[in-house]
Amino acid sequence: MHPSRRHWRRSKRKMSRTILINLLRFIVLVFMQVFLLKNITLYNISTPYLYILFILLLPFEIPNVLLFALSFILGLTIDAFYDTPGLHAASCVLLAFVRILFISITVQKEGFDNEPEPTLSVMGFRWFLTYSVTLTLFHHFFLFNLEVFRFSEIPYTLGRFFMSSIFTVFLMLLSGFLFYRIKERK
Amino acid sequence: MRNLLVFITKYNAFFLFLIFEISSLVIYIKYNSFQKATFINSTGKVTGSLYAEMDVLSGYLSLREVNDSLARENARLRNQLKSSFYVDTLAKRKVDDTIYKQQYTYIEAKVINNSVNRSNNYITINRGSKQGIGKGMGVICSSGLVGKVVFVGEHLSVVQSLLHKDSRFSAMLAKNKEIGYIEWADNLDPHKGFLKDVSNSAQPHIGEEVVTSQYSLFPAGIPIGKVSNLKTRAGGYSLNMEVRLDVDFSKLQYVDVIINKFAPEQATLEAQQKKDE
Repeated sequence: MHPSRRHWRRSKRKMSRTILINLLRFIVLVFMQVFLLKNITLYNISTPYLYILFILLLPFEIPNVLLFALSFILGLTIDAFYDTPGLHAASCVLLAFVRILFISITVQKEGFDNEPEPTLSVMGFRWFLTYSVTLTLFHHFFLFNLEVFRFSEIPYTLGRFFMSSIFTVFLMLLSGFLFYRIKERK
Repeated sequence: MRNLLVFITKYNAFFLFLIFEISSLVIYIKYNSFQKATFINSTGKVTGSLYAEMDVLSGYLSLREVNDSLARENARLRNQLKSSFYVDTLAKRKVDDTIYKQQYTYIEAKVINNSVNRSNNYITINRGSKQGIGKGMGVICSSGLVGKVVFVGEHLSVVQSLLHKDSRFSAMLAKNKEIGYIEWADNLDPHKGFLKDVSNSAQPHIGEEVVTSQYSLFPAGIPIGKVSNLKTRAGGYSLNMEVRLDVDFSKLQYVDVIINKFAPEQATLEAQQKKDE
């Protein structure tokens, strides 16, 4: 077989694997958010929104259009369960935009072949922590303020935003360590 | 023209962001008033059935509490039976709306989706227009007032619970019948409400019961909570007080939807009066 053709084959198989993994991740995260985390609130103030992990973990090479479309769809799916049409969609789209900016600033374009996804095990703890904290803060800030939409309650909203962000990031790191894979170097 | 295209492709992330963000904000602003029917909500086919399935599973976990509350309600209802009254209760029962003609009928419903920790909380129940539920009907549970129906699907409906920024129901102090209105407290605590605009002549004391008034969607006297903290605005024309709600919204399992026979008539009459003014 022609070598370039073989390479193409292999990359195709890799791609379908990525699609499958992300589809599975989408379903699992939505289910977890809707049936488990939705019912969890600490001290009336801290609510985790772990589902955004899906957007965080999409592969580096994803086209911008697809990234935005997926974020939008994810947001709408969550909205359907939370009865808040557009709220989570808007926050997720903002999150996608921040993700593009963050990655373009902190990651060089080379070396994507070996490191397809921005997971904890691939990128290391420090990078992933900054990444998840930054993106979660943006998402939660926008989400909580859009939800309340009132200036008179800013101290309380900020409290909720801050505590929820901590909770969400904690869960993200937890899941990152749970699926930690030792890097295979060739 | 070419420069413009180059510009757009160079900053495509930003333009895509604008497109998607604006469209989601449009959805948010357009549909979130909940006055309009929307296709993205938990009465939808997929989301509704998923919630119903999940609820079957989680229902097992709270059987004991449901049992307790049913037993309590049974006892309460038995107290109202004719057989448990003296003869002179006839005068008392006359006050009751049901003696001549039934004004209120109740449809029991199961809560299949519930939230208490957001700034606007909704409850989804497993009864819809097919079972006779309509928009604006009151919803109670065995321990007290829950909310009102705001959106009706064929088999499911969405209830705007008392824990909602826009919820406001007419209420009164049980003892001296001073009218006010009940609202959710502003710090998102699912156990607290405010009774507002009670006239200054009322002398409430802590622990006094707050019930629905006869001006609400509900029959008069449905329990709401107990006065837990008195605070008066200095120099105000009315009293405001904190109320500890009777209903534990986080454990809501079964509710009753109240159908008020006279509600449509009252609504049309009052609309007519408004038009005339």
